[in-house]
Amino acid sequence: MGLDFSIIPKYMDVILLGCAWTIGITVAAAILSFFGGIIFAVIALYAPWIIRQPFRLIAWLFMGTPLLLQLFLIYFGLVQIGIDLPAFVAGIIGLGLHFAVYNSELIQTAILAVDKGQMEAARTLGLSRGEALRKVVIPQAVRDVVPPIGNNMIALLKDSALVSVIGVSELTLSAQRVIGKTYRPFEFYILAAACYYVINLGMEWVQRKIERRISISR
Amino acid sequence: MTEKTNFVEIRHAQKSFGTLEVLKDISLTVERGQIVGIIGSSGSGKSTLLRAINDLDPLTGGEIWLDGVQVNKQLPHRQYEKHINEMRQHVGMVFQHFNLFPHMTARENVTMAPMLLKKISKEEANKLAEEQLENVGMLERIDYYPSQLSGGQKQRVAIARALAMKPKLMLFDEATSALDPELVEEVNQVMKNLAEQHMTMIIVTHEMDFAASVCDRVLFMDKGVVVEEGPPEVIFKTPTKDRTREFLRKHIEGAK
Amino acid sequence: MDFELMLKVYPFFLEAAWITVLLSILTAILGLTCGALGAAARLSRFAGLRFVGAAYVSVFRGTPALIQLFILYFGGPQIGIQLDAFEAGVIGLGINAGAYMTETIRGAIIAIDKGQREAARTLGLSQWQAMYRIILPQSARLMVRPLGVNINALIKATALVAAISVVELTYTAQRYIGSTYKPFEMFLLAGVLYMIIIYVVGRGIAWLDRKVQIT
Repeated sequence: MGLDFSIIPKYMDVILLGCAWTIGITVAAAILSFFGGIIFAVIALYAPWIIRQPFRLIAWLFMGTPLLLQLFLIYFGLVQIGIDLPAFVAGIIGLGLHFAVYNSELIQTAILAVDKGQMEAARTLGLSRGEALRKVVIPQAVRDVVPPIGNNMIALLKDSALVSVIGVSELTLSAQRVIGKTYRPFEFYILAAACYYVINLGMEWVQRKIERRISISR
Repeated sequence: MTEKTNFVEIRHAQKSFGTLEVLKDISLTVERGQIVGIIGSSGSGKSTLLRAINDLDPLTGGEIWLDGVQVNKQLPHRQYEKHINEMRQHVGMVFQHFNLFPHMTARENVTMAPMLLKKISKEEANKLAEEQLENVGMLERIDYYPSQLSGGQKQRVAIARALAMKPKLMLFDEATSALDPELVEEVNQVMKNLAEQHMTMIIVTHEMDFAASVCDRVLFMDKGVVVEEGPPEVIFKTPTKDRTREFLRKHIEGAK
Repeated sequence: MDFELMLKVYPFFLEAAWITVLLSILTAILGLTCGALGAAARLSRFAGLRFVGAAYVSVFRGTPALIQLFILYFGGPQIGIQLDAFEAGVIGLGINAGAYMTETIRGAIIAIDKGQREAARTLGLSQWQAMYRIILPQSARLMVRPLGVNINALIKATALVAAISVVELTYTAQRYIGSTYKPFEMFLLAGVLYMIIIYVVGRGIAWLDRKVQIT
């Protein structure tokens, strides 16, 4: 069976819809992972011992195991405890939490790296420790980790392909479905790869824009 | 709290880090409107004393009083935090390394604390920022980020930020030490203006000329004790203690 | 927590873990080879080779590894490449990991001060001798740790071959979740085995890193 790319236009609408889902899932999971990362970082650094230590253990477990395995845990685990979410929501939660753990590691390092004088200056103005963290330390830490967090978000886009395995009709599963009808895996997986590549380029462009914008306020 | 105290009163301040005693039984009073300079070599405890006044480096013994209220009074943790945040609003502090918030413009640096803690409106805060930044000659840079300012300009913004809280007392911790020599004067000028407005100030400094011209009283500290104190003309011209003379000789020669 | 069940199924997980280990080792070897070649191409004197190296990195890092795997395994037969799932897994993941390792190796080489190469050349060493005797020994020190990070990621990426039905750890966990309805227990079994593999490899890399730092 040779290659025949002329079949592509006929199914382009399915693939484009898949692209839209991939972008939507990526953006939603990215937002979840960003704010989740900040919250996780604060817990890992400042929560009481009894919360902090088990939390760190779980974070460690999530960093040491494959995302795919975690997606199975979250998807089937939620069903197990009686929460029957649509697959795409489970996918967003799984991706979001996975990358929140990675973002949290970056943010923790950045929080600890913010100059001690910043906390002191905020405290001398009368801010409480929590206020100083919220207003002064964390915003700076987050600015410092924008480039590596951007890289994580681009990794997130590519890992979003994994949610096809739990039945989310994003780009990869859309391609699979078309292939199921046409028996043309090479053509449509190449097409899917090209779509991911273009979305990837778009994300890199946005990343550069954001980095340039914040460089002045660091 | 009915006992009569001076405006600032430090009683038997004592501070140790482990076995190292950095402040040994220091007592000091400052009257309202007075300007006190603290000089001494590094490691003399002068910065530690200053930082104890707003509890950045809490004392291990002794008391600090400000305007009739004890700063470091014994309270349960939560209440103490509340009390100390309240106290700190009355004490402005200026650091050697400015510690401006790099993610905020000059305006935001000035308005953040008043808006958050005094709940003033955005318009009021903006007016306050313009007023305070004008006082330090930084009005035209109001929307600049710290990374766009020179060291002297940063320090002037930092002073405006502290003054925006309307403090009763200002602490200066070597405010000009990190500046290039040509930028020192602009910051000194701002501090002189403050002195003319009768702001109560405690100034830790390396600059003897500045201390001599601005301060009402100068303390010389060495190894955690106040060796000698008095009006600047006495301390700088006719010091009575050998250690003071030694320090001044080194320092004034060093400056030349 | 159903410990009895865990005890009953863990031999199957252990068996699957060996497949994961084998996959990881073969993928790492292929990845390092591709990474070295990729870095050589990226730093080549020839613009054509530099372009090929850059395109390799950009395409394989710019698209999901899962898709790359699918193209190779499902699409391969259409262009005359017949591979079984395990072979496709090793080759697909290896080439993918190689793209990341290319950047790691290249980064470690260009981090060495230009003066080193110039000094070597003024002594009369050839381009190749300067690279082999002066630059590479120094960049090796910078390389070990970030390559360790790449290998750590690669071990976790081997889970992707579950999607083409290679019976490794994640596939096994998935199958037993489906048949026992105990997702947490199965996750824990597989998770602990992954952690052990990653821990052992991490120790090995730390040992290697110390070793190269001393010389």
